[in-house]
Amino acid sequence: MKEEIIIAGFGGQGVLSMGKILAYSGIMQDQEVTWMPSYGPEMRGGTANVTVILSDKKISSPILSKCDVAIILNQQSLDKFEESVKPGGVLIYDPNGITRIPSRKDITVCSIAAVDIAAEIGNSKGYNMVVLGAYLKMRPVVTLENVIKGLKKSIPERHHSLIPMNEKAIAAGMEKIEIKNSL
Amino acid sequence: MAEKILMKGNEAIAHAAIRCGCDGYFGYPITPQSEVMETLMEEQPWETTGMVVLQAESETSSINMLYGGASCGKKVMTSSSSPGLSLMCEGLSYLAGAELPCLVVNVVRGGPGLGTIQPGQGDYFQACKGGGHGDYRMIVLAPASAQEMYDFVDLSFELAFKYRNPAMILSDGVIGQMMEKVELRPMKPRWTNEEIIKNMPWATTGKTPDRKQNVITSLALDAAVHERLNHTLIAKYKQMEDEDVRFENVQCEDAEHVIVAYGCMARICESTIEMARKEGIKLGLLRPITLFPFPKKEINRLVPHLKSMMSVELSTGQMLEDVQLAVNGRIPVNFFGRLGGIVPSPEEVLEAFKNSINK
Repeated sequence: MKEEIIIAGFGGQGVLSMGKILAYSGIMQDQEVTWMPSYGPEMRGGTANVTVILSDKKISSPILSKCDVAIILNQQSLDKFEESVKPGGVLIYDPNGITRIPSRKDITVCSIAAVDIAAEIGNSKGYNMVVLGAYLKMRPVVTLENVIKGLKKSIPERHHSLIPMNEKAIAAGMEKIEIKNSL
Repeated sequence: MAEKILMKGNEAIAHAAIRCGCDGYFGYPITPQSEVMETLMEEQPWETTGMVVLQAESETSSINMLYGGASCGKKVMTSSSSPGLSLMCEGLSYLAGAELPCLVVNVVRGGPGLGTIQPGQGDYFQACKGGGHGDYRMIVLAPASAQEMYDFVDLSFELAFKYRNPAMILSDGVIGQMMEKVELRPMKPRWTNEEIIKNMPWATTGKTPDRKQNVITSLALDAAVHERLNHTLIAKYKQMEDEDVRFENVQCEDAEHVIVAYGCMARICESTIEMARKEGIKLGLLRPITLFPFPKKEINRLVPHLKSMMSVELSTGQMLEDVQLAVNGRIPVNFFGRLGGIVPSPEEVLEAFKNSINK
């Protein structure tokens, strides 16, 4: 098993922390992991992205030109990364703010209205967990049990009371993902 | 087995410093290595091991604080990135001249000048060929993972004290910023004053009636004394080349061509090797772990079986010169590099390699 994921959106959407939780979930499942962020001026308001790799074997390059899954949370990132998905791969996007929907026909395209869903469940800060849930529905590379363990490792202990809310957000994402075109 | 923790290479440096018994860290923030001091400040080791963590007023101060701490036989370190390292070069020359052990971490970004905050490997010459003035060398270790960032802290101190010489960890923005699994090694206590007095008889630990005073200086105005000092240094560097060369070979034994790469580029080239092998190209990777001393003998051993070598760096070709020296004209030595903080993909390196052998 080797899963290469690019998560991209605005700084502040929880792109990097979602990647970190996913990577920690991989460690809980005894996988090898790398988490490589874009760093620098992007953190202060521009676009942010992170490459996460989960694998059964030692990971060589943490930098990719193509990925299995792209999780896209704004238009700029869609423009930049749509072509990066390998044929047969998966692109998951949040339609909020998207003006040009993905056009690839050789990949599975899914949408998750995570902004709306997070607001509906009364947990707008759980936005990235809704997206993570949508991803896990499409690619169950780590078990939910290990994701919760990963969450516990990524979140400071004083915030562990928030884990049930995050779990609910993940469940909502799993339930509400829409497959736009299936291969 | 010890628990594995997800952390950045920079964070690994900080945890390793605390856990290997470092006495003091002195630094000044700069991207992409600021997490080193941030993590140390969060961990507050002065409350546990007694390690000092201080934000100095500049890089020039940091390196001179190392001179002071090292003179007393303490395990001291600093970290910075390229422009900050340039400011430290005077101090590095003095530390080498006064034969003082210390650890300097450089998480390299693109240069020259302020350059970019994105990854680079353009400080190879500065690290391996001087930087500061005079005939000196540093032990230079190039980690290629967060775990190596952790492990090389203790190793650097070990080598620095073995040779009474500054050691450098030459990393880059990729290895510093990337998160991977890191296994924390068992805690080592800091040396006690008694241990320092016993094991570092040269250190300024306070003169006792039974010995002459210890003087730490790099100044030697007597020509004969100064020439002798330089010969002592050269003998040390020679011993490093005999005893402490480290490298990793990936599929070199049956290879027809070998890529030489260190740090983040070694990781990327490892994927290039896997791709090439799938296409039936017999490509191997030599990853120097010590950039000084450089694995010349290993290159020498490989050359008779090879058609070409290629140095791949985030620079205009610096390590390339050491590869060329070791190859000494016997086979073609090609080069591929990207600049400006652009990190090439494994595919891009493979294409460059194919072009290099078909030209």
